[in-house]
Amino acid sequence: MNILVCVSRVPDTTTRILVGPDGKTADKTGVKFVLNPFDEFALEEGLRLREKNGGSVTAVTVAGEVAKDILRTSLAMGADKVAIIKTENEFDSYFTAQNLAEFASNRAFDIILLGKQSIDYDSLQIPAYLGELLGIPSIGVVSKLQIEGNNVSAERDIEGGKEIVSAQLPCIISAQKGLNEPRYPKLPDIMKAKSKPIEEVAAIDCQPRTTILEMSIPSKKRAGVILDGSDGSLDKLVTLLHEEAKVI
Amino acid sequence: MPISAPDYYFLDELYTEEELLVRQTVRDFTDSEVLPIIEDAYQKGIFPMHLAQKLADLGLFGITIDEKYGGAGANYTCYGLAMQELERGDSGVRSFASVQNSLVMFPINQYGSEEIKMKWLPKLARAEAIGCFGLTEPDFGSNPGGMVTNAKKIDGGYLLNGAKMWITNGTLADLAVVWAKLDGVVTGFLVEKGMKGFTAPEMHGKHSLRASVTSELIFDDVEIPDGNRLNINGLKGPLSCLTRARYGIQYGVIGAAMSVYESSLDYSKSRIQFGKPIAGFQIVQEKLVWMLTEITKAQLVAWRLGRLMDEGRATPQQVSFAKRNNVDIAIQAARISRDIHGANGILGEYPVMRHAANLESVRTYEGTHDIHTLILGNDITGISAFE
Repeated sequence: MNILVCVSRVPDTTTRILVGPDGKTADKTGVKFVLNPFDEFALEEGLRLREKNGGSVTAVTVAGEVAKDILRTSLAMGADKVAIIKTENEFDSYFTAQNLAEFASNRAFDIILLGKQSIDYDSLQIPAYLGELLGIPSIGVVSKLQIEGNNVSAERDIEGGKEIVSAQLPCIISAQKGLNEPRYPKLPDIMKAKSKPIEEVAAIDCQPRTTILEMSIPSKKRAGVILDGSDGSLDKLVTLLHEEAKVI
Repeated sequence: MPISAPDYYFLDELYTEEELLVRQTVRDFTDSEVLPIIEDAYQKGIFPMHLAQKLADLGLFGITIDEKYGGAGANYTCYGLAMQELERGDSGVRSFASVQNSLVMFPINQYGSEEIKMKWLPKLARAEAIGCFGLTEPDFGSNPGGMVTNAKKIDGGYLLNGAKMWITNGTLADLAVVWAKLDGVVTGFLVEKGMKGFTAPEMHGKHSLRASVTSELIFDDVEIPDGNRLNINGLKGPLSCLTRARYGIQYGVIGAAMSVYESSLDYSKSRIQFGKPIAGFQIVQEKLVWMLTEITKAQLVAWRLGRLMDEGRATPQQVSFAKRNNVDIAIQAARISRDIHGANGILGEYPVMRHAANLESVRTYEGTHDIHTLILGNDITGISAFE
């Protein structure tokens, strides 16, 4: 089974993000970056499919030189090959999808796995874009996956419930939390990953379709006021709603 | 909740990708496998033995040992960072790994015959065998050279007599690296569980390192085959092991300090007194700043010592410096953190009191704080205060 996993490098969830002086980009000073957690589920699923069916797992990212660290992480977790589609410019989801599609188009992958979203920009567009660009089925937000021969059965999280859909390989699966429990990279594998090659591919020229105009931090939540259940506090509630919140 | 470890001086930039990945791996492991269960184990006074296999699966036994023997083939910096993250969980868990790595696998790798290495190292790496290290005796702690445990040459081997005390993992161990005098000279022996005359009763009643097994080792005419003797004579044998373990400790305790600092910062920002978070009071801010400053300095000391270890240039005195300083600031941070947490600080809901109590042991074992002071005093003056 020829498996492709698309990965991205995102700020650690515990990192405090600030907007840079241009008002359009995140200030990366002191920010820790990690392999996107949803991509970890995708990679783990890819590794399990290889363990069951044989074949090979390739991890690929569209990013600048700095993102090689997440490819080393992918190698340490067990990916056979890794590649970076290199660009040092700011780019959008369309650019990412075009480049991933170009990379995948002549390599005959049986399945393409990726996280349902990257937790940095949260565009949630890549799985659908890729399906369209490659002309193959794309199943999103998958929390359970079964593959027998070419038949794919995927359980999706939908609002308030589950949906089971089927498709044929080759296809795209975007991973939701719960799909599996990603393995820890083992120390000996981390050491071995150091000497494995990282394939470098130049990004294809493709104009982004969107431009970021402005980025801002959500305003601070105001501290709440807790009133007791007495009759006296009813009057206070009305006053507060009228004068403070100005909703009545 | 995942932690945001303090890195005030962007020291992560001093580490390589794989070193950071090792740290991240052990950090994630501690978050999901250690922190949820450690308080309960501590209260019950047991080592969570299921962790041994998980630690081995991650490659945390034999971190610096060659792959040929089942090790990870990583450097001392990786070893240090792994200890830091384990001790962010609990000093007892870190102690377990310290013993297996530095006090058991290191001497076997360094002083054992090829046969012994092939026999034991892969098993120890896979946690199929657990090791312990017997140096300290009831009457010889800071002065190990005075030990009374002794070996006599007999036909085909040695006859071992004596007793060791304060031995981490002793009762759990399949293999003990034991230091004893042979014709008045200290040398090392491998004593296997089940050898006639060898017992390892657990010591009870500890108020510190409760999630760790501490034991006595008793040798009553134990026959040790010739092949189980390590090829090293003199105190430099056990001291070389202690240098590695102390190196791991000086990194490890930063993890404990980070844990109590994080908890203090969180708590002081959410605890409201006199109408505002206590983090808004000058006296609390001073405590938090002291912790962050000392942690940052300790991080630098640890990083530099790691590089010196990896270059083979670290002196035992430099290791004493780091063990003495970093344990000291960690225990002070834990005590200050307990203050900040007020009455809540004594509860198991917060990691503070557990770390504070653990660090009392860490301050004493592997060379007490005061003995390290004298080692450094000797080094800079040329005059020994203890001999």
